[in-house]
Amino acid sequence: MNPIVLRRRASNAVALGLSTLATLFGLFWLAWIMWTTVSRGAAALGPRLFTQMTPPPGSDGGLLNAFYGSFMMISLAVAIATPVGVLAAIYLAEFARGNRVGALIRFVNDILLSAPSIVLGLFAYVLIVRPEGHFSGYAGAAALALILLPVIVRTSDEALQLVPGTTREAGLALGLPHWKVTTKVLLRAATTGIVTGLLLGTARISGETAPLLFTALNNQYWSADLKTPLANVPVVIFQYALSPYDRWHSLAWAGAFVVTMFVLLLGILARLLFRQRSTR
Amino acid sequence: MSAADNVRPLRRGLAGAGAIRERRLQSGGAGDRIFKLLTGAMAWLVLILLAGAAFSMFWGGRLAFQTFGWKFLYSANWDPVGRQFGALVPIYGTVVSSLIAIILAVPMSFGIAIFLTEVAPKWLRGPVGAAIELLAAIPSIIYGMWGLFVFVPFMSLHVEPWLNDNLGPAPIIGALFTGPPIGIGMLTAGIILGIMIIPFITAVMRDVFMAVPDALREAAVSLGATTWETVGRVSLPYTRSAVVGAIFLGLGRALGETMAVTFVLGNAHEFTKSLLMPGNSIAAAIANEFTEADSKIYLSSLIALGFLLFVVTFIVLAAAKFLLLRIGRLEGARA
Repeated sequence: MNPIVLRRRASNAVALGLSTLATLFGLFWLAWIMWTTVSRGAAALGPRLFTQMTPPPGSDGGLLNAFYGSFMMISLAVAIATPVGVLAAIYLAEFARGNRVGALIRFVNDILLSAPSIVLGLFAYVLIVRPEGHFSGYAGAAALALILLPVIVRTSDEALQLVPGTTREAGLALGLPHWKVTTKVLLRAATTGIVTGLLLGTARISGETAPLLFTALNNQYWSADLKTPLANVPVVIFQYALSPYDRWHSLAWAGAFVVTMFVLLLGILARLLFRQRSTR
Repeated sequence: MSAADNVRPLRRGLAGAGAIRERRLQSGGAGDRIFKLLTGAMAWLVLILLAGAAFSMFWGGRLAFQTFGWKFLYSANWDPVGRQFGALVPIYGTVVSSLIAIILAVPMSFGIAIFLTEVAPKWLRGPVGAAIELLAAIPSIIYGMWGLFVFVPFMSLHVEPWLNDNLGPAPIIGALFTGPPIGIGMLTAGIILGIMIIPFITAVMRDVFMAVPDALREAAVSLGATTWETVGRVSLPYTRSAVVGAIFLGLGRALGETMAVTFVLGNAHEFTKSLLMPGNSIAAAIANEFTEADSKIYLSSLIALGFLLFVVTFIVLAAAKFLLLRIGRLEGARA
């Protein structure tokens, strides 16, 4: 056969073979990290994890206060960021389609979406912690809301834009004011997309650690007061993992396992919802 | 709106109907104006938040900028006790670890994107794509823990001794690979960062390769081009700017990544050429030292570091966004 053809075929086979290897390389790390988290985390799991407080060095305990603190801050962040984000997305999708203001805000939102979370945490520190003079759960929730907001804006904007124009026109043709068409018709049609974004955003803030270091900090004891420094799972994992104590290490793995499973669960839910929408 | 609403105007005659319609339109108009104002305020809030973040960090770091001036950028002296702060070591560490990440992640992501668009059978594309995306879902603190407890020992036992023996004596690059094989350092951090940004780069590359018009690819195939030639000479030139955008997006992620590198960098403030020695990065320095900052100038220096990080990532991400917009326009022009 023609040597040129042979050479071209050979380089094709090599390139495609390498691309397959690259994929295996990516999957290899995923498997390694997941296996480590599951095996070490499952070994450290126990009922104590959910019933006892974070222990002092050298004794046994759980992560109850940390779970509670994380739960409170994530809930508050969702409660703040969801209405703001959805309203902002409505403006982008309904009033600023294809104009310059819309393009500018979408651009800024995308930057915020990829901006380092540590920077957003510092912003919350300068804005809330420093004027107040102490770390607090509220500041932590504000930092998380700041990270969640662009996710919600982006996904809600996209979901609203996917609603067929005819639906919008049908509502307007009935004589409904624009705001009613938006809230009663378009938002309902876009609910699945918005919820998908909310799930993905919540998954993202569940593991966020860096911004909480300057805002909620940590609290070894039980505290239900958002005005005080609040224990939370990521910062506890961080501090325990870097400590020299074996018991703290195993608690950190247990926390890491629970956080990872929670994040994956939210991701799977979001995927199922998304598939349901796209098959409809 | 009930049926009675629609009937009433008919009874009242034409004039009445007009008046009611008028009123309803006006009230709808007021509602719409308020609605537009409210949603618009929330949308502008996004912009204000970004500007506020930049300004607040500049404000928080002004003491450091005033005190040290440009020296803050090029001095390698980071001395909390003597209250002298220069950010060269963290800046250098951020740049080098991100470069290692890019060198690792770009070819891998390119390969995975080709696999997902050209090589894999249809039924495999969904699951494999989802698995790669999972890499992005894993919280960065998990990468950090895995890095510290599993990957650092692995590097220290198996990879770094080999690098010492085989690359250490090499002429120019040798200095990068000498030093004790302790596992902690720039190379380890860069590799972990690389793994973390693979899913981001892959996702964009895959999407833009899919967006190449079939007619173009079919034309290449009909001329007898192999799959690889089609990718290299049709898909890649067509999507060039978006591919560069994807790389910038990954770079933006790598520059600001905190927890994963904090665990494995070692928080050292001595300048070293070797990739095997403990180093530092902007994000890791802030995360490690923020709660220890005991003087105003220390705190201000850390916030100033945050401001630097913000400015750099803003530029990189804005560049990424512009490059990605161009491909959007190409597609728009086609449609």
